[in-house]
Amino acid sequence: MAMMRYAEALNAALREEMQADPSVFLFGEDIGRYGGVFKVTKGLMEEFGEKRVRDTPISEQALTAMAVTAAMTGTRPVLEIMYADFIPLSLDALVNQASIYNYIWNGQVKMPFVVRTQGGGGAGAGAQHSKALDSMLAQIPGIKVVAPSTPADAKGMLKAAIRDSQPVIFLEHKLLYNIRGEVPEGDVIVQLGKAATVREGSDISIFATSKMVVEATKAADLLAADGVSAEIVDLRSLRPLDVDAIVASIAKTHHAVVVNEGWRFCGYAAELSATIMDHVFDELDAPVARVTLPDMPIPYSEPLETAMLPSAEKIRAAALKTLK
Amino acid sequence: MKNTPSVEQHLDIYRRMLLVRHLEERLGALHKEGRTRGPIHRCDGQEAVGVAATAALEAGDKVATTHRGHAVYIGKGMAMRPVVAEIFGRATGACGGRAGHMLVADAEKGVIGGNAIVGAGIPAAAGMALSMQILGTGNVAMCVFGDGAAQTGICHEAMNMAGLWKLPVVFVLEHNQFGLTVPSDVQSPVADLSIRAAGYAMPAEIVDGNDAVAVYRAVAAMAERARRGEGPGMVECKTYRVEGFSTSDMGGYQKPEDIAAWKARDPLIISRKALLGDVGEARLADIEAAAKAETDEAFEIALSDPMPQFLVDEACNPYSEAR
Repeated sequence: MAMMRYAEALNAALREEMQADPSVFLFGEDIGRYGGVFKVTKGLMEEFGEKRVRDTPISEQALTAMAVTAAMTGTRPVLEIMYADFIPLSLDALVNQASIYNYIWNGQVKMPFVVRTQGGGGAGAGAQHSKALDSMLAQIPGIKVVAPSTPADAKGMLKAAIRDSQPVIFLEHKLLYNIRGEVPEGDVIVQLGKAATVREGSDISIFATSKMVVEATKAADLLAADGVSAEIVDLRSLRPLDVDAIVASIAKTHHAVVVNEGWRFCGYAAELSATIMDHVFDELDAPVARVTLPDMPIPYSEPLETAMLPSAEKIRAAALKTLK
Repeated sequence: MKNTPSVEQHLDIYRRMLLVRHLEERLGALHKEGRTRGPIHRCDGQEAVGVAATAALEAGDKVATTHRGHAVYIGKGMAMRPVVAEIFGRATGACGGRAGHMLVADAEKGVIGGNAIVGAGIPAAAGMALSMQILGTGNVAMCVFGDGAAQTGICHEAMNMAGLWKLPVVFVLEHNQFGLTVPSDVQSPVADLSIRAAGYAMPAEIVDGNDAVAVYRAVAAMAERARRGEGPGMVECKTYRVEGFSTSDMGGYQKPEDIAAWKARDPLIISRKALLGDVGEARLADIEAAAKAETDEAFEIALSDPMPQFLVDEACNPYSEAR
């Protein structure tokens, strides 16, 4: 085990996969000479050269479309889209291109590409640089969407994403890059589509991804002081979703809070609620509680932004309410 | 002249153009009988672009095309039966009936593929060229795109990167004068769209898009250059869409005299005239009869081929993860 920051763990995954497979290449804005605005690709252009680590023009639409067909023709592109807020520029490539070909072309092509991006609020970046947009991406069939919360998962899941034969959207969070954690040495893969129970509990289950796992962990501490034993399930992968892990946890606690940093209406929390109803309704002792962003733009000023974002305190309040 | 196709190559281009023309006319007739499904975008009169441009490629090269891509499918080596079967939604179609006529692909033949989001084929070809450059395959990618697609933002983004990185890609602009019903001069301030190539540091040539030999020569020269690592090039093929946008087009916006003038310059007429002196009437008549017979057979088989079954748990079915 080595102690690493989340950004360093991602960097290690990229380096190892590029060393192991010459068909892996990286492209995106500011990722080469500068090493990425969040320093995830630091040092990689020096090690692998300008052919495999490319600084690009500001062209998200074409870059994403190019990742799709480059992946069909023998390479494994890893594209960095600097902010998840820019992903709407990539949507044709994801919704009308990558999503369809595996099925529409009857299995003729593989599309092993990864789009790395980062979303989420709390950094004062304003309405166009703070959104999660994970719900929108998770709705697209044929594409995996994952969002690790720890350095170990960041590394193991990025390695798995790069080796996957179909598109993976890899969601990072601007406030997770500097968190530290133990990361296993060497070539350790974390399978996509598997949740992790990061804290065992008996009274209520909290389901979350990415930075919301950090908030859920704080909420569990607060709830412990309230005399409530909360279980935290880090879904890690939004799609495919580990339904078995959800069912197993609710069968134990009979109460659920679903947390998502995106909008509420038609959002991922709504999907989780419906999934719970589909599969484990009979085990519930109370309605599922949702903690999400309100359906509004994210404001700039600190008290305004803080008031909006899902937090440990909001998760605690939702848990207490559903346990009443 | 450099890059002129041999007589045998020209004959093969002529044969494939005939196949495409028969395909389009047969589809038009079956549409009138109510036997087709969904809109069909015919390329009658534009066959020289798709067929001659792809004739200048090698087997390992790859092409992305438009929603009007029949000439590219046949030009790049696909057989008639899987194309016709796909258009009629049969299990034996090139994509098992899942794609339909606008989205046909044959990865083995390098047709990757038809694309019905106007402009999306341009970055698709650039992405394949990026892959070829990184892997050092020595192949080239091609995009056949229209004057409508030339007005999209993604066209600029993709061509800028192709020029910047000297990607091995040939951009074949099939300038058929219309984006659906809107004429090109109502969509762009310039008539010759390839003047934009200068902004991407790539050479461009304007050719008569109804002259298969002219298309072949220009595309072959650009492909050769791209293969040598000298970067992308553009060939602007001037042609005209003599049929409507699709089988659902009500018409009324094209001048009859324009249609008549372009029909008089049909690519089949131009190639036949050139070939007559080279090989004589009997050889051409044989090729023409064979193309007709090949089309008849493909339609007869494809129309009696089985329809596909919907299976929820197939490996490449997006519904397979549903529970």
